[in-house]
Amino acid sequence: MINEKRLTHLKQLEAESIHIMREVVAEFENPAMLYSIGKDSSVMLHLAQKAFYPAPPPFPLVHVDTMWKFREMIDFRDRRAKEVGMDLIIHVNPNGIDMNISPFEHGSALHTDIMKTEGLKQMLDIYKFDAVFGGARRDEEKSRAKERIYSFRDKFHRWDPKNQRPELWNIYNGRHHQGESIRVFPLSNWTELDIWQYIYLEQIPIVPLYFAAKRPVVEMGGTLIMVDDERMPEELRKTAKDKVVRFRTLGCYPLTGAIESKATTLSEIIQEMLLTTTSERQGRLIDTDSAGSMEKKKIEGYF
Amino acid sequence: MHHQKNLIATDIETYLKQHENKGLLRLITCGSVDDGKSTLIGRLLYDSKMIFEDQLLAIEKDSKKVGTQGGELDLALLVDGLQSEREQGITIDVAYRFFSTDKRKFIIADTPGHEQYTRNMATGASTADLAIVLIDARQGVLTQTRRHSYIVSLLGIRHMVVAINKMDLVDFSQERFEDIKRDYEQLIPSLPNHERISFEYLPISALNGDNVVYLSSNTPWYKGIALMELLDTVDIEQPNNTDEGKFRFPVQYVNRPHLDFRGFSGTIAAGSIKTGDEITILPSGKTTRIKSIILPGISDRVVCGKEELLTAKEAFAPMAITLTTEDEVDISRGDMIVRSDHLPRVSNSLKVMMVWMSDVPMKLTESYYIKSATTVLKGSFDHINYKVDVNTYERLQVNELHLNDIASCKLVLNRPIAADPYTINRYTGSFIVIDRMTNNTLGAGMIIDVSRREQDSLMSNQREYTQAEIELNAYIRKHYPEWKCINIS
Repeated sequence: MINEKRLTHLKQLEAESIHIMREVVAEFENPAMLYSIGKDSSVMLHLAQKAFYPAPPPFPLVHVDTMWKFREMIDFRDRRAKEVGMDLIIHVNPNGIDMNISPFEHGSALHTDIMKTEGLKQMLDIYKFDAVFGGARRDEEKSRAKERIYSFRDKFHRWDPKNQRPELWNIYNGRHHQGESIRVFPLSNWTELDIWQYIYLEQIPIVPLYFAAKRPVVEMGGTLIMVDDERMPEELRKTAKDKVVRFRTLGCYPLTGAIESKATTLSEIIQEMLLTTTSERQGRLIDTDSAGSMEKKKIEGYF
Repeated sequence: MHHQKNLIATDIETYLKQHENKGLLRLITCGSVDDGKSTLIGRLLYDSKMIFEDQLLAIEKDSKKVGTQGGELDLALLVDGLQSEREQGITIDVAYRFFSTDKRKFIIADTPGHEQYTRNMATGASTADLAIVLIDARQGVLTQTRRHSYIVSLLGIRHMVVAINKMDLVDFSQERFEDIKRDYEQLIPSLPNHERISFEYLPISALNGDNVVYLSSNTPWYKGIALMELLDTVDIEQPNNTDEGKFRFPVQYVNRPHLDFRGFSGTIAAGSIKTGDEITILPSGKTTRIKSIILPGISDRVVCGKEELLTAKEAFAPMAITLTTEDEVDISRGDMIVRSDHLPRVSNSLKVMMVWMSDVPMKLTESYYIKSATTVLKGSFDHINYKVDVNTYERLQVNELHLNDIASCKLVLNRPIAADPYTINRYTGSFIVIDRMTNNTLGAGMIIDVSRREQDSLMSNQREYTQAEIELNAYIRKHYPEWKCINIS
């Protein structure tokens, strides 16, 4: 790790993320970490543990649940929160429960809007967090490349890409009025490869769905969707076949495509990632709704 | 990374070992709207195989719709992000791109060349070690070349790569290249901190890839290396690390999980520290010694409270660590811990260089929040010494600053802070200016000089000591360490 007083790129990224987290905790009254259970969240949680070591991170984990996450994700979430010693806040949009929302029935756009975007805004209004950590990275998507590390949101949780505060050196301006908040992205400068390499080096626990195993999947519009429970419509479930698959990204099970893969170890996952020819968000059905769709969602308040 | 595909396929473990030890280089690209900057970045990403097939398909589709290359693959579309920008055909903000080779990971700050966006270039340059200044071979050194070079030099980049682009459009003429190089060399003496900057010149064609990743057969007269190799080999040692005395540690956060533990967390801004070193807390001037250096670790909750902490004997910049001290001295966020043998100046009066970044003009005597390292205080500008015309490098007399103005000013703070000149340390020599009403970031400042006069009246222990006093002090410190006498020499 320490080589002639030079830090490797991963150690520099680690130090930068820790700096950001400590800065937020020092300057904000009521911070929280948005925990999506995916690999980026796992790295972010690990960095939070390191930043405040030997104390546990002094803020809660928050999960905006859509009721459609993979069951293994939920088990993993509950176990990790206990292990780390942090409070876990779970919020589900009650309107979604009332209408019995289903991506199969209502489509991905409405489901995402109600359960993720609306659910997130409700959660922020209820708990009045003034800073929320998110695990987004700038290399994920083009509109993310311009996002600041401290991303300012008005009291309606909206992002204005034309009116971002300039961000110089490692000096972050967290000043805000009551009701306004900041989304903080401590992993901004990490790439997908950095994330995997760090998980590998630090042996960070991740949801088993990232590793290849035999799972029941159906084909929906060219995408492999795993049968995670009985809520998948009967006629679809009938077509399920057992395949050796894994996931490159995790979300709601009906909206997350599996890939056929034999990678059962971290090094095999990294190997596959380096040799692959498609980007990770390709497995996400919500991005392809319409051109520039991520930018539209973000202006409306999506993370 | 494509030439490593074999290793990845056959021996992933060895590959991962190699890639654990990569370095990190942050760079900024500067050019005008039509200099081919987005094309160059697209080329770097494309040729280092950082583009996936689905992204490529998307830009192939876009190339036909909005591309400027007549339906050919328009690499610029890879990097032109937001919808509104794509429609206008220009980038309008700072965007960050990533690629890596076997040796290094690169973070590119991609900033627009439009005049009204000078602030974005300053933002991108603030963390960069290297700048690529693009010049259109047909146009030569233009006003914007002077402007971009001035801003990135002011913000402290250490390597300037002058990339003379579109060489294909001037028949790869060596004469043209040499002419432009000569023109550029003439402006170097006017650049801030130019004696600290290395300059390299490359003839390239971003569109066709000449001398970008591979040396081109079109420029046999060019004896240098390709851009990618230059980026891979340029010196990225942190200059502050080697100077061990200059330990600078702005305290970010006091970590106090229980009564038996009190640690001071922060990121080392310069130099290095060992356990047992004598330290001074600024601005109070109190001294103590380092008891332990705690590294970022993962708590094992089973032995909560009693576990052995993850520590090191020594730490250096830019590590994020937590320090504990021998004595219980009053230390809080915003203080600076330094090694007692190398104190920075402490003052409330600073000579600074400002980059004004807001539509709201800077007015003299108006009160602002100033955030420097981890401290926030109030301050106002007493005087504007001069404003710099970044196109002509002329100095002008003005009474207020407007968006994108760069000026030398005197800043007076409501209490003293420990600070270094920006040329010595970016992280203890910089600050931002925040509007007290709107909370917006209005400007960025670099400390040129810390006034000695105000420092004298503020630091009680800063008078001139006689030789007898110094000797007495040394005698006491040597023979009666338990008195905890401060070092006055």
